[in-house]
Amino acid sequence: MIYSYYPGCTLRTKAKDLDEYARKSAEVLGINLEELPDWQCCGAVYPLAQDEIATRLSSVRALASAGSLGRDLVTLCSACHHVIKRVNNDMKTNQDIRMKVNNYLEPDKEYAGETKVIHFLELLRDVVGFDELKKKVVNPLTGRKIGAYYGCLLLRPGDEMQFDNPENPAIMEDFIRSIGATPVVYPYRNECCGGYVSITEKSLSQKKCNTIVSSAAEKGADEIITACPLCMYNLDTNSTERKLPVRYFTELLAEALGVK
Amino acid sequence: MQAAEREIAENIIRISGVNPRKCMKCGKCSGTCPAFNDMDIHPHQFVSMVEKGKIKELMKSKSIWTCLSCFACVERCPRNVEPVKLIEAARLSVIRRQGENHLKADEIPALLDENIPQQAIVSAFRKYSK
Repeated sequence: MIYSYYPGCTLRTKAKDLDEYARKSAEVLGINLEELPDWQCCGAVYPLAQDEIATRLSSVRALASAGSLGRDLVTLCSACHHVIKRVNNDMKTNQDIRMKVNNYLEPDKEYAGETKVIHFLELLRDVVGFDELKKKVVNPLTGRKIGAYYGCLLLRPGDEMQFDNPENPAIMEDFIRSIGATPVVYPYRNECCGGYVSITEKSLSQKKCNTIVSSAAEKGADEIITACPLCMYNLDTNSTERKLPVRYFTELLAEALGVK
Repeated sequence: MQAAEREIAENIIRISGVNPRKCMKCGKCSGTCPAFNDMDIHPHQFVSMVEKGKIKELMKSKSIWTCLSCFACVERCPRNVEPVKLIEAARLSVIRRQGENHLKADEIPALLDENIPQQAIVSAFRKYSK
């Protein structure tokens, strides 16, 4: 099956590893990711006000474009996934937003949230299946103790994201098991790293990241995985007390599949 | 001329889609907020102040710039009030005014280091500037 793939701005620049290892792994797993033509930046934050229309347009363009090809839309960056999935929900459920966006974009066929948005981790869980993934692992990461960092954007709000249990998720731990490593569950895995505040209030992000990284280290993790370039930056740069290596989950996937 | 406080309050309720009267003042939003210690007005107070129309204080508060949009308050509110949407609407009420951007483009280069991802710049700019 062919999927439309939305890489997003950061995967072309600072987060090339997140993108490149996902593409290589997808090939091994028989997933055909075809990059969406002419995609635009999603804006990185979901516009919370109901009268924000312009900030929703790039997501709708991507959604409608995948829809016109008859394909599901696969995302990889947590922020892109969050923004595109929630804008899609608006197009499905909010008549005022749907009307204004369609009036402006004038698409051939009115867009009303028909495209399915799938995060790469959901693809591994729901399409490939973690049991099948396990069979394709040629280099199991035996003995590695890995803490999954979920952050905020993949999980919350749970009723819109429908990703996993927002307070007690399991998808990344199941992923870690499927590549032969040992997951380490720690209390702060779904608490915020500080996000964009690190630009203007670095000390706030430092406090958050120190708590998260110490929490993972105290529970025995030797490394942390994430799906978000901003979480990666914050956990890496703004943890000042204790350091753990932070990697994208796709890098470990590629390693296990022998394509790193 | 600036709009009256009551008009701004009505606008905040309209664009956020939040009904602050649903709040039962349990304080869970503030209890779970990761930015609590860096806020002068806390999420549960924010909801109550919008309800009472005390908007000018909110527009001057530090909290509108320290909210992380992590959605913990949304997820954990037993009444589905969504305090983050009120904070966003108050922030927009400030930055939608001429000359009131919190982050200006010419300030950005000095705030960057070589590893900072585009995502950080784009999201901060979307949150703090119009």
